[in-house]
Parts: sequence; C-alpha cells; structure tokens
Amino acid sequence: MILTSRTDLAVLKPFRLGAASNVPPALSFDARHGVILIVALILSAGIGEAQAGPGAPWIVATIVKWTPLLAQGFALNIAMSFLAMAIGTAFGVALGLGQISLLSPVRVSSWSVTQFFRNSPWLVLLFYCMLLLPFEIRIGNSIVSLPGWAKATVGLALPVMANVSELVRGAVQSIPSGQWEASEALAFTRLQSLRMVILPQCVKRMTPPWMNLYAILTVATPLTSVVGVSEAMTLTGDILSSEGRTELLVPMYLYLLLWFFIYCYPIALATVAIERRFQVR
Amino acid sequence: MVWTPDQPLIRMRDVHKMFGALTILNGISLDVMKGEVICIIGPSGAGKSTLLRCINALVPIDRGSILVAGQEVHDTKLDKLALRRKVGMVFQQYNLFPHRTALENIMMAPIHVFKRDRAEVDARARALMRKVRLDGKEDFYPGELSGGQQQRVAIARSLAMQPDAMLFDEVTAALDPETVKEVLVTIRELAEDGMTCVIVTHEMGFAREVADQIYFTDRGVVVEHGPPAKFFTQCRDARTRQFLSQIL
Repeated sequence: MILTSRTDLAVLKPFRLGAASNVPPALSFDARHGVILIVALILSAGIGEAQAGPGAPWIVATIVKWTPLLAQGFALNIAMSFLAMAIGTAFGVALGLGQISLLSPVRVSSWSVTQFFRNSPWLVLLFYCMLLLPFEIRIGNSIVSLPGWAKATVGLALPVMANVSELVRGAVQSIPSGQWEASEALAFTRLQSLRMVILPQCVKRMTPPWMNLYAILTVATPLTSVVGVSEAMTLTGDILSSEGRTELLVPMYLYLLLWFFIYCYPIALATVAIERRFQVR
Repeated sequence: MVWTPDQPLIRMRDVHKMFGALTILNGISLDVMKGEVICIIGPSGAGKSTLLRCINALVPIDRGSILVAGQEVHDTKLDKLALRRKVGMVFQQYNLFPHRTALENIMMAPIHVFKRDRAEVDARARALMRKVRLDGKEDFYPGELSGGQQQRVAIARSLAMQPDAMLFDEVTAALDPETVKEVLVTIRELAEDGMTCVIVTHEMGFAREVADQIYFTDRGVVVEHGPPAKFFTQCRDARTRQFLSQIL
C-alpha cells in the first residue's frame, strides 16, 4: 500500500475540514471532567447534608425521588435535539447545495440565509420563533396546535440548518477539483457528478463535524427553559423551588450536568474514533 | 460536415486562450489523423495541459476552431457530453474516485452515461483490467493501489467509454520511477492497437519511440513539429535545441 504525501486523493490526506473549524469544539470536557463532576456531586451532597437542619430528608434520597420527573424533562431535551437536528440537516443540505449552485440568484440567496442564521445568537432566534410562530396553525379544516417545545425546536433548527449548510459547502469545496474534471471528462452531467462522485465523498468528511454539531445542539437545548419549555433545566428549577431547601441547589444542578455529560460524552468519543479511522485510511 | 477518415480526427486551427491577462494558447494549430500518435513536449507553462483540456471542452477557448471528427468542439449548440464520449482523458493525478473500487471506477460511466446493461459492462470492465494487467485487483480501492496501478485503472476507465481518441496529460509525472514503465507499456500497447493518442509528456525516450509526430510548444505556440527521427536530430529552431539540450 503506497500512501505518498503527494497524493491528490483526499481520503488519503489527514482529515481536515475548513468549515468544521467554524463549529467550536463541542465537548471541551473529557472523562476526567466526568470524574470531577461525580466527585463534586458527592462532595456537595455531603456539604449540603451538613448544612441541612435536623429531620430534613437525605439529599441523595431527595435526588432519587425527583429522578423520574427529571428524566421526563431530559427526554424532552433529547426529543427536541433529534427533531431540530433532523429538520436542520434536511434544510441545511438543501441550503448548502444552493450555495454551490451555478445559478447566481440561488447561490447568493442561499449564502445570505446561511450567513444570517449562522451569525445570530441562538437565544435570539429562539425568542423570535416563540414570538413570531402562531400557537396554532390551520391545515385545511383541522387546527394543529403548536406547543412551546415545538416552536423552540424550530428555533433551534435554524442555526443547525445554517451550520449544516456551511458543512456541506465546505465539504464539497474540499473535494479536489480533479474529481470534478474526471467525472466531467467521463461525460457525467453536473448532477450525476454531484450525486455519484462528489457527495458520497462529502458524507464521510462531514460525519465528524456533523456529530460535533449535534453535541453542541444537545447541550444548547436547556436554552429553551428561558422561553418556558418544561425540559430538564426548567424542571430542576421547579423541583428546587418546591423543595425550598438552599442546600439542594448545588447538588441538583450538578446532577443535571451529569445527565448531559453521560449523554454527550459517548458522542464525543465516537466522533474522535471516526475521525481517527478516516485519517488512517 | 461529415467526417471521413482521410480528414484529421482532431483539427485545431489558430486556437487562442487567455486566463485573465495571461495568454496561455497563442494560435495553436495541429492535425491528428485517425490512428496517429502525437506527443506534445515543451517547457512547463507552455500551455500543454490547457491544449489537451480544450480538445474535450473542459476549458473553453477564446478564438480559433477545434474540430473533433468534423464537429466543432466549441459550438454552443454542440452536446458536450457527446463529445466527451468520443475523447477519453487521463490525468496526471489519476483522479480515480476513491470511494469506489477499481472495477466500479471503470463501470460507472458506461452504466450511468451510456445506460448499458450491467452484466455486459462488468464483463468488459474485467477484460479491460486484464488488458492493463491488473486482473485480481478488481475489488481494490484506489488508495490500496500504487500510483502506477491507479494510473492504469484510470486508462482502463477512459477506454471503457470506447473513445475514438485518448488524451494523456503528463500521466507519468506523478509516478515513482519504477512504476513509470508499466504505464508507458500500457500506452504503447494502445498505440500499437491503433488508438489515436495525444500525449503530453516529459519522457523523451518514450516520445521518440511511440510518436508519429512530435510537437514542440513554447509560450502558447507550436514552435516546430515533425516525425521523431527528424525532430530529434534536425530541429531548426533555437528554442527547440535549447530545450532538448536541457532535457536529453
């Protein structure tokens, strides 16, 4: 097997992607931080226990008691992240392909939309969606109500869409021009070249940054608590106010952090593993 | 205009091409008869690669005319895809599709462009792999093959289009010295089979051996041309002599 440094075949080159660097590193925490989280949780529970007045129930017992409710809220976080990712990816791919269109009106408008949403704060987009989307929409004769979490999902999908659009554009442009030339010389149409030659190679390049983006999205879902969605963050606040015990504050939020960590950390591991595999091939 | 075999298969007349303010081709004229092998040599930057790319319309020209089998290449009414089916091209960097196996690389165009039957294409592709002496490597990915092997797959991929002519753009320039020969042997066999070839190369020994005509280009013009025996021994132009003295 001969892999020379002169190779023009992109898969043989170290995996690097211009567009990916636009996405901030999703998970700046690693396994060590997980351990620190757990230790901090135990410590804070201990300290809280010491602060607690006589006769108050155990902190661990309280946490366990509220776990099912928290899990419900967390399930909503995950559901929103899935939906926002699916919607954002579908529209983002279309927008990204628009950015490389040969028709300049399509290209310019796709670029503008992408830049607009990519450079807007997520929270501002969330507020806009909450305020601008109606609480119900009429489809034919039936009325479909749009609950807060659904509107928030749309709000989250918008920046995801813009980031996926940039991922697609960056990946297509990172394919060596020789691939286009070769498929043109073989009498492929532009659409055939894209579908059979360019995009299949892009999928591979886009997977790690796309997973990164998903992890970012997931840890961003608690933003929706600001606009009143009953997800894990909101519920933690509710639990704390109903318990009314200040010594619960630190352990409870640490517990919430742990949930997100346990969910996101394997994604980070998988991303790194996939990146490494592509590097070797 | 109906093309007949007594006319050149490829006929270039006064072809001009500029990239921005830079003149790449400054009035190129050449004829390639059917079954003829011509080699284009010259210093880098002479416009050799651009010349080849003009022939199959990968690069549009500014002025002049290029006829392939009697059809004007840069006629806006012309179906570019139809032209590219007639003229195969092999690149310096192979440009194989890295996500497809060697055999799939060869089969893609006949299946998706010509809409041929898969079984028939498969059989032909395997025969082409044998022709370039790569039988047994059908299911290897390009990344698993050496440069010389990749380049031979690229040649087979172009041949699968059953073109009337083949264009070779410095196809050995990126190869390790020990694999250059296997690629040159493949091209020579093609030439001996009667394939019309336009070859841009720096391999003077090969050019001398295989070419019917040698064209020396510099700064976008054909400085001189002639059959190899005459060209290498009796070249008239000072630029040609200087180039040959540097390279031989």
